[in-house]
Amino acid sequence: MTVHAIVIDDSSAMRMILRRIVTKLGFEVDEAVNGRDALDKLNAAEQVPDVALIDWNMPEMNGLEFIQAVRSDPRYSRLTLLMVTTESEQSQIVRALAAGAHEYLIKPFTPDAVAEKLELLGLTAGV
Amino acid sequence: MAIATAEFNYVADLVRREAAIVLEPGKEYLVEARLLPLARAAGHTDIGRYVRLAQQPANREQRWAIVEALTTNETSWFRDATVFEGFRKELLPRLIESRPAYQPLRIWSAAASTGQEAYSLAMLLTEELGSSRKFEIVGTDISRAVLEQARAGRYTQMEMNRGLPARHLVRFFQRTGTAWQVDPQLQRSVSFRELNLATPFTGLPRFDVVFLRNVLIYFDLPTKQTILRRVRQTMASDGWLVLGTAETTRGIDEEFEHTRLGGLTAYRASAEAPLELTRRA
Repeated sequence: MTVHAIVIDDSSAMRMILRRIVTKLGFEVDEAVNGRDALDKLNAAEQVPDVALIDWNMPEMNGLEFIQAVRSDPRYSRLTLLMVTTESEQSQIVRALAAGAHEYLIKPFTPDAVAEKLELLGLTAGV
Repeated sequence: MAIATAEFNYVADLVRREAAIVLEPGKEYLVEARLLPLARAAGHTDIGRYVRLAQQPANREQRWAIVEALTTNETSWFRDATVFEGFRKELLPRLIESRPAYQPLRIWSAAASTGQEAYSLAMLLTEELGSSRKFEIVGTDISRAVLEQARAGRYTQMEMNRGLPARHLVRFFQRTGTAWQVDPQLQRSVSFRELNLATPFTGLPRFDVVFLRNVLIYFDLPTKQTILRRVRQTMASDGWLVLGTAETTRGIDEEFEHTRLGGLTAYRASAEAPLELTRRA
């Protein structure tokens, strides 16, 4: 079964990097440019993705607001949330986890680090 | 077995060119550790010959293998999640059941490198045991350089990203500038010492579990046999040995028998093994 991911980041370069990494892991990837765009895409999707890779600082709706919105909507209860951000203060990590993020990855990262976080979340392509 | 300066310089230059990673002098141990399995797999006994062959223009794939070996497969936290899950769910409950609560659990991380395995075990045990039971973890490695970092318990952001669950980062680490520092209490449960697995072990306590993962590959068969025999002598009679997922004692030391525990294969001395005769401790 293919794992579907959505990469949510206002930087096109970062979206491309993450897309490449998760595609190489065998995932199917969609993209959104901010939290609002991601919510629209989730609403319109026939099938909710398995995992969202979410930047924190984005215009319109930031990553934390997106997580709060998703967590309050039972339609998305099975969506796994991985924050991928430059925010590296301990208090920020605690905030993201408290809001409902399942895991947290700090930029910059290596491809292995992304793969290991996804494995930690029980997301492996083909499973 | 040590790498010559000319070969080290070639590898450092190659990795800098191809992957923008700087290997400064002093990192010879890293190059040796990463390239020896490749050299062995290609049928060479020393790294020098393997590196010299890679320099021939046609051997592009070999050069890439070198770059890959030095840029990926860094030490990560909770490396091989199934091993840690098997330890937590299957092996640890057996240990707790079979030992009185006053007896601290002793665990050996026998190829400790920069300490991620030893600290991962310490985090897991802190979570699982709380204050119900004490534990001690001993990390050993041949390299003084890696042990210095392990003892310091300081890790870069890039190192922290490697497989460490966020809840552990928050609970067991403090940010200090751009680095992260292991919590002092966790640090106190882990000690590190220099040890060459190919020479007799001295001054080690009796262990309940030995983690000897992804290290036997570096040795030839007679040395593997000696290491496994000595490891057996450091283990409690009902202690467990954990190897890397692709490793086995079979064909090396038949006095170990294996048990499948969830996703983990653990080895223990078979009842017939003449343990008391071989023990010196």
